[in-house]
Amino acid sequence: MESGDILLAVAIMLGKSLLMLVALLIFIAYALLADRKIWAAVQLRRGPNVVGPWGLLQSFADLLKFVLKEPVIPAPANKGMFLLAPLVMCTLALAAWAVIPLNAGWAIADINVGILYIFAISSLGVYGVIMGGWASNSKYPFLGALRSAAQMVSYEVSIGFVIVTVLMCAGTLNLSKIVEAQNSNFGILGWYWLPLFPMFVVFFISAMAETNRPPFDLPEAESELVAGYMVEYSSTPYLLFMLGEYVAIMTMCALGTILFLGGWLSPIPFAPFTWVPGVIWFVLKASFLFFLIAMVKAMVPRYRYDQLMRLGWKVFLPLSLAMVVIVAGVLMLTGSAPGMR
Amino acid sequence: MTVTAAFFYLFATITVASGFMVIASRNPVQSVLFLILAFVNAAGLFLMMGAEFLAMILVIVYVGAVAVLFLFVVMMLDVDFAELRQGFLQYLPVGALIGIVFLLELILVIGAYVIDPNLIRTAAVPIPSPEVMTNTEALGQVLYTRYFYFFQAAGLILLVAMIGAIVLTLRERVGVKRQNISRQNARTPEEAVQLRKVPFRHGL
Repeated sequence: MESGDILLAVAIMLGKSLLMLVALLIFIAYALLADRKIWAAVQLRRGPNVVGPWGLLQSFADLLKFVLKEPVIPAPANKGMFLLAPLVMCTLALAAWAVIPLNAGWAIADINVGILYIFAISSLGVYGVIMGGWASNSKYPFLGALRSAAQMVSYEVSIGFVIVTVLMCAGTLNLSKIVEAQNSNFGILGWYWLPLFPMFVVFFISAMAETNRPPFDLPEAESELVAGYMVEYSSTPYLLFMLGEYVAIMTMCALGTILFLGGWLSPIPFAPFTWVPGVIWFVLKASFLFFLIAMVKAMVPRYRYDQLMRLGWKVFLPLSLAMVVIVAGVLMLTGSAPGMR
Repeated sequence: MTVTAAFFYLFATITVASGFMVIASRNPVQSVLFLILAFVNAAGLFLMMGAEFLAMILVIVYVGAVAVLFLFVVMMLDVDFAELRQGFLQYLPVGALIGIVFLLELILVIGAYVIDPNLIRTAAVPIPSPEVMTNTEALGQVLYTRYFYFFQAAGLILLVAMIGAIVLTLRERVGVKRQNISRQNARTPEEAVQLRKVPFRHGL
């Protein structure tokens, strides 16, 4: 390859990544606002409504507020790692979006092991938490980090099994091909949420636990624990932690859309609906999942830590293991496994 | 390909350097973090060789699970590592001796390394080209057919290790209040709620 071609390829790749990141971050700014508005509406409040019309600029005002504050680094903290932790968290969360296909062929990197990549990246997210808690060099962040890490590791197991069931039906690890495998004449009824409904529920709940969302926000239960592993953080590092968390939530919404809700496919598989660009369907579906997560935050009380661990290890793990066996058995018996067709 | 070579040297250098830092670093937590860096760069090397499945599994299993446990243990150990380091030099001769023995063995093994031609003929499974079959599929085809019993045996060994660890650490503690969810759900208002008339100035 000529060096000019390589430069061009690199430039195109950078441009795509930049476009994706900017779009994602703007979307997340409004998802954050929507989160607060939904929460407020359930509690009969107005929510943020002062900055900009209907509070539309609230997230950007918050961003400025965090960035302009003074970052405080505790004296006994391990400085390098203290500042590295939020960066790790945020960068890893954003890196997952490299493989997510927003439309047919719209992924930045359409790799064969896309789903494993996302799983790997999300399992690395726990390091941001542990490093942050440890580097603060004080008791409460440390205990918070241990709690949080144990929680994230536990729910990864059941998410792994949920992904395995979907993979058995789709017969591929490529995210675009998983979406294509759900393409049928039945539209919304042909997507995997219907045949794998128990797994969809397990995935939804595990995704909330994995991303430390209420009702599983024990690491940062504001009313009892201050902020868990983030206690010592302020200003931009804190912002990066929060941003990483919200990006991870959006990643989980996108993953749920791809695995269970047919990605960019139209729910009604005939003419006027199939003319709508796939990316619009994708964003609508991901937003729907985010709306559900926001409603759960508003309505469900927080779990206790032992209940959380019980749910993960004693309920979800056996359930998802059994479902792996059942799905495999059904696929074999009916002869509809991807390799047998 | 200059770009490929550049990436190879980048990953290789960082792997070796962080591998060195694992044993050279003063702080054990930093050691584990360098170990993780080495794992991630090794995954990068796997990717460059086209072994995408192995790369991802390396990150998921070693970085995402094993190293987290390491980090947990190292962070929670209440050991004064500065004190531990003080006797470091007096063990140096023993360590160096073991290192030299291993190095000699390695040289002897690699120097006399010959592959039995019969073995090659029996073990040669035609490797499908990446265009026909993805990495993951190819591995699965071999793992679940040719090496099925070995695969199962490996799984059983891990299972036994896991059960052993649980048996060793499990102890029934008495006098601990535990929530029994099924019993709690089985409760009805009739047995849980009492309506009592409280006499004035007497209480219950």
